[in-house]
Amino acid sequence: MTERGGTPPFKNEDAVLALGARLEKTTRAPGLTLAGEHLTLDLCGGLWLAAHRTLVVSDLHLEKGSAFAARSGQFLPPYDTRETLACLHEVVARLDPARVVALGDSFHDARGPDRMEPGDRAMVAALQEGRDWVWIAGNHDHAVTEGVGGRYAETLTLGGLTLRHEPSPDAVEGEVSGHLHPCGKVAMRGRAVRRRCFVTDGRRLIMPAFGAYAGGLNVRHPVFEPLFPAGFTAHLLGDGRVFAIGRAMLAKD
Amino acid sequence: MAPTGAGKTLAGFLPSLTALAERPPAQKSRGLHTLYISPLKALAVDIARNLEAPIAEMGLPIRVETRTGDTPSHKRTRQIERPPDILLTTPEQLALLIAHREASELFANLSCVVLDELHALVTSKRGDLLSLALARLHRLSPGLTAIGLSATVREPDDLRRYLVPQTREDETPIPLPSAGEGGPRSGSGRDEVPHEGSTAFSGGAGATPLPVAPRPPSPAEGGGFEAPMADLVVVQGGAAPDLHMLDTGLTLPLAGHTAWQAMPAIYDLIGRHRTVLVFVNTRLQAEYTFQELWRINEASYPIALHHGSLDATQRRRVEAAMAAGQLRAIVCTATLDLGIDWGDVDLVVNIGAPKGASRIMQRIGRANHRMDEPSKAYLVPANRFEILECQAALDAVEAAAQDTPDARLGAPDVLAQHILGMACADAFDPRELYDEIVSAAPYATLSWEDFEAVVDYVATGGYALRAYERFAKILRGPDGLWRVRDARTAQQYRMNVGTIVESAKVKVRLARANRARPGAVLPRGGRVLGEIEEDFADTLTPGDTFLFAGEVLRFEGLSEDEALATRAGPGTDPAIPSYAGAKFPISTFLAARVRALIADPFEWDRLPSQVSDYLVQQRSRSVLPGATGLLVETFPRSGRYYLTAFPFEGRLAHQTLGMLLTRRLERARMRPLGFAANDYGIAIWMTRDLSARIALEPDFLEGLFAEDMLGDDLEAWLDESAMMKRTFRQCAVIAGLIERRYPGQAKTGRQVTMSTDLVYDVLRKHQPDHLLLRAARQDAATGLLDVRRLGVMLRRIQGHIVHKALDRVSPLSVSVMLEIGREKVYGEGADEILAEAEAQLLEEALG
Repeated sequence: MTERGGTPPFKNEDAVLALGARLEKTTRAPGLTLAGEHLTLDLCGGLWLAAHRTLVVSDLHLEKGSAFAARSGQFLPPYDTRETLACLHEVVARLDPARVVALGDSFHDARGPDRMEPGDRAMVAALQEGRDWVWIAGNHDHAVTEGVGGRYAETLTLGGLTLRHEPSPDAVEGEVSGHLHPCGKVAMRGRAVRRRCFVTDGRRLIMPAFGAYAGGLNVRHPVFEPLFPAGFTAHLLGDGRVFAIGRAMLAKD
Repeated sequence: MAPTGAGKTLAGFLPSLTALAERPPAQKSRGLHTLYISPLKALAVDIARNLEAPIAEMGLPIRVETRTGDTPSHKRTRQIERPPDILLTTPEQLALLIAHREASELFANLSCVVLDELHALVTSKRGDLLSLALARLHRLSPGLTAIGLSATVREPDDLRRYLVPQTREDETPIPLPSAGEGGPRSGSGRDEVPHEGSTAFSGGAGATPLPVAPRPPSPAEGGGFEAPMADLVVVQGGAAPDLHMLDTGLTLPLAGHTAWQAMPAIYDLIGRHRTVLVFVNTRLQAEYTFQELWRINEASYPIALHHGSLDATQRRRVEAAMAAGQLRAIVCTATLDLGIDWGDVDLVVNIGAPKGASRIMQRIGRANHRMDEPSKAYLVPANRFEILECQAALDAVEAAAQDTPDARLGAPDVLAQHILGMACADAFDPRELYDEIVSAAPYATLSWEDFEAVVDYVATGGYALRAYERFAKILRGPDGLWRVRDARTAQQYRMNVGTIVESAKVKVRLARANRARPGAVLPRGGRVLGEIEEDFADTLTPGDTFLFAGEVLRFEGLSEDEALATRAGPGTDPAIPSYAGAKFPISTFLAARVRALIADPFEWDRLPSQVSDYLVQQRSRSVLPGATGLLVETFPRSGRYYLTAFPFEGRLAHQTLGMLLTRRLERARMRPLGFAANDYGIAIWMTRDLSARIALEPDFLEGLFAEDMLGDDLEAWLDESAMMKRTFRQCAVIAGLIERRYPGQAKTGRQVTMSTDLVYDVLRKHQPDHLLLRAARQDAATGLLDVRRLGVMLRRIQGHIVHKALDRVSPLSVSVMLEIGREKVYGEGADEILAEAEAQLLEEALG
């Protein structure tokens, strides 16, 4: 073991210093362009299209907690909806978008809107006030077509971008989708960090899930391979900013 | 002559056997007469075998059966319909039995319950669960006698209270429909239970095992309330242990836990004994020791390895070979602390720090089970500090001093599980159930309000936002009784019973190299070596080498739910230092003895010169840590500034302390970079000059170590602590918030699996006083974070901090500095890791 050989005791310490230095150098995330549109990947997991003053958020999964209670008798804390809406409120207040697009699976199931607390419902209405609000249909909430304000659509086109819930199997230039809840894992020196992320190859973008109770699927899962035949970069949501991580540095689960 | 290890327990059964043999014959079954509870199902099975033999020989009409997780369902059903006279089972199975609809009939005529290895059970949540079941048994069968079998403990009264209902006589009793007779009847005449020194060392100085039997609550003496206690029977006698510290004549290092210097001497001892149990503290040490012993095993002695991560069939094979006397030595962890006495062990070797006096005595007791012969054991220190700890342990054994933990405060999550179980058994009246629950010693102080909060949790999750009323699991009827909602809820209860929450594991499979593609492996083919914690597997990257199952393995990658590995080439050093394994901190008692040894130079004569010389050097270069205060040293070293402190409170408390101090230093702009901790002290390093800061601000250190760090700082850190999340997960599973994952169940259902981390984050933000968060904090106080111990230390050192500003590292500080590099660097945040990964992408992009 290391004890006999006498490992230099301060190895890690220097690594930390070097790390700190590198952190200083790399504090600006590279800009991202897709189909000629400039994209800003927000730390909250939303996508900001400044030219269209549009905020896109995906997979809110509102009322997931109550769905568990209704279906399986597991009483998860019923605060996920208000937590998700609070995060949404924060980014809406900060960016003041003219349009908000919820990119599908906004509710965990079709009965979600019925189970919503009046306070949360009022919060949604307040967020919608004065802006165009588009609910894109997802697989979980396809049946939700009324009762929570805004308008409903299968897809939405914005400049060169096509916004839809599920990524289409044929690569589409400028497609922005969600559905897969991508997350990336970085393992190094006995520590692993697993975070939600955006995934892109410069042709399409898959967004992270925004909902408080939405789980994550590792981007190294085979389901991502046919979507990005030429590889991808994952943009992981860190504590302080978004980090661009190459496929080679991403670990499997 | 009974086989070793059965004697004590058979004695516990004697009153039952006598009573059963003497009763008149009956046409139909009279229900259970005696219940035996063991912490290990293997032990229950073993005892059954040993009971059946004398019963058969004497031709007694007594039916003995076991009930464990392995018992087939038809037999379970039959056991309810036609119960045996004696049933041997585990705490979890008992919980299921008392939650059964037929429970009241099944236990109506129960006259005796025997709790084996009680000292081991009561220190955990299993003990909480068992205490609640015992309270129910006392109510179902008011004349019940409870017998506890235990090794020697520090506070026998804790166990005596545990066995009998803690009903206060000065309170207005709420009449219980089934307990009209009042307190339990006396077990007198049964308390002369002979006892063989089986798990504890049977020392001549009164350190002996004790079986305990109940007596009725004594009338209030002296006007005050006196908690009812069971009778106490102490078996005296037994030879003093033949216990030594192994002296190899070599100078030991200042840190490290492998004891590599001692391997030839240990090997020599193996050669001179029949069967040697070699105890170590962690699985890593077990792996290392096993490998080293085989490296020098020229005589090819059969030496085996036994620890909790190994494949179960492999462990069973080792146990069988040991029982058959085929092994000369077994290298093992705490997995063999308890249980069946396999084979003819004539020597125990304990490598590394003893950690606690009682713990070491119980381990020593594994050797030689005859009371009149001494148990023989060696303590093997791995570094100079462990020499001090071994000496303190020798002194403690000599004085027969015990340091078993304090009695537990019953956990709320366990109570939640129990209440749902009671609703499954029958409709319950909350007042009656409350009285029953507070009759269990661990819950004796539970308030009515807290009880109501747990009932509310069971019913609808206990949320301030009343979102789940219409889905309630238990419902209160117009008659005021609570009932379980439906059969599905009862089924969910049965699937989730128990308090042992296994961390998710992945199998380690030996992969075959792919000849067609060098460097690649074929996914299947090799055998399964065992399991590692998922948390550990998560941190491995392909190419990492680690010790497992006695070999150095190279991690090749994960395939579904298996970690694939190949054998690393000969001479490869494992690069990943450790994987999760039991790491007990040094007991407060032993730490105090170590501190006293160091503080008193007149004691140093008893220590090897390598230790006393070292202490002399420390005294001349700096000062010695006192018996009560706290020594803090600050010094520069190669461009960094260090703080070392020596609280002697064990590694868990020190890690928590390190986290909190780092936060404070960060706020004081000292730029801390990381810290390391061992059982005796901590080291923190930073980029600013701490000695200069203290010279300018004399109060700085007192402020740094002020007790209020356990307030907001602790809360803030706990919120994001991975340990706290793990603790929360366990509470959530026990309390039924999250369903257990069973082996074979899909590991990554993506949106289906609910991560407890997400639940934790949301809950602490929106309802920080929720029952499960309180339960997790209660666990953190004594468990992985050892917060309570840290608090006691911080109070103790107020105004007693001795600071030495040095110009170089002191001899004492070297010992903890050597931990740096072996440990993960805690100062490192997620963003630093991500930034490093990102930098690699940038490098690629830049060419």
